[in-house]
Amino acid sequence: MTGLAAIGAGLAAIAAGLGIGLVGSNAVQGIARQPEATNEIRGAMILAAALIEGAAIIGMILSFLMNK
Amino acid sequence: MTSTRKLPYKFVHLQRNFKSKVVKKSIILIFMLALLMPSALLANSEAPVSAEKSETKDVSSEVVEHIMNHVADANENHIATIHEAGVEKHISLPLPCILFNKSTGKLSVFMSSKLHDSHEGYDGYKMDNHTNRVVDAETGKRDTFYDFSITKNVFNMLLGFFILTIIFFIIKAAYVKRAGQAPTGIQSFFEPIIQFLIDEVAKPNLGAKYEKFLPYLICVFFFILINNLLGLVPFIGGINSSGNISFTLVLAMCSLLLINLNGNKHYWQHIFAMPGVPKWVLVILTPIELLGVVLKPAVLMLRLFGNITGGHIAVLAIVSLIFIMGKMGTTIGGATAGGAIAIPILLFVNAMELFVAFLQAYVFTLLTAIFIGAAIEDHHHAEENH
Repeated sequence: MTGLAAIGAGLAAIAAGLGIGLVGSNAVQGIARQPEATNEIRGAMILAAALIEGAAIIGMILSFLMNK
Repeated sequence: MTSTRKLPYKFVHLQRNFKSKVVKKSIILIFMLALLMPSALLANSEAPVSAEKSETKDVSSEVVEHIMNHVADANENHIATIHEAGVEKHISLPLPCILFNKSTGKLSVFMSSKLHDSHEGYDGYKMDNHTNRVVDAETGKRDTFYDFSITKNVFNMLLGFFILTIIFFIIKAAYVKRAGQAPTGIQSFFEPIIQFLIDEVAKPNLGAKYEKFLPYLICVFFFILINNLLGLVPFIGGINSSGNISFTLVLAMCSLLLINLNGNKHYWQHIFAMPGVPKWVLVILTPIELLGVVLKPAVLMLRLFGNITGGHIAVLAIVSLIFIMGKMGTTIGGATAGGAIAIPILLFVNAMELFVAFLQAYVFTLLTAIFIGAAIEDHHHAEENH
């Protein structure tokens, strides 16, 4: 069971990494194309990253709980 | 800050006055939160204490146990254990214990240091040396009494509350006394943060009615921030109070109430009967929207809990590298190698945690503002914008 929980936590991390990576790369692209919109893009980026992270953390907490 | 300077004197004066009011209201809210938290922590205190452990265990399981004990709540602030001539000596900051026996109805109030000297305990209670929690002296469990103690998490929150109160009273006095002038002292550190919350969090998301919700937003931001930061102080502090699920639960409940009690007609219409959607789709959509009402604060709760707890676990796991590589400190060479690896990583992780402390406080405040904004949004206004 411990191994499965660890795999679950890892999968959650991979998914969050992919998601936040996409958000970050597109935000940087957006800022590069339109530097004057930096502040707005940064706000939207943090919001989107936080939402993705929320899903990932639920996965990790579940795997922590299953670890017992 | 620069924008206020450009305004004519009258407006600047008004804005300072307004800020002093906001700061004052935030103090009241912080006080109420500090009162609410201990009762919520009670719910957490029923968690089962880990069973008897065998004496022979490997290093990594001992490390895991140490980490889990740090992350959980405790009845004293344990600093170190010294092994002296075969006797374990505990150095800890004693905290008051307030215990209510379920069966006899007896209320016991004493300092946790009383439990240390004797093995038979005090008043029918003793201290579990592994978890640092008060347990029943006979059964060794926690289900025979209610624990209203000032635990280390409560202690940390009260400490944060006192620090914030002092700071906010100083700032408030400065806003009243030096209205219309440039900020000085500690005020100049907090003014940009408060201004940032007004300009970047409250105004864009809440629109014209932002003044009503600003005290809550500022309160919740600084309360989370001070608890996050106190959690990063090594040795004495390092208390995982904002990484406690009860702590985040109460904050999320406050946000849930604030969002739903202020929701207007459009908000509820969009939940129960989304306009422009066929009737049969509503059968699927309405339960999902209803779930979303609870889910949004629930994710707020889990995000803060997970991030702060995760940070504490990461830092402790990296510290444990020293002990794992040195087989719990018996081989000095392994411990040195472990330290050489651990310390640079630790520095980096701790610096990142400092950033996360601010980020999570900001994200919680921002998301609360966005959810409230969505609930109070004038529908007509929204269509004009987009």
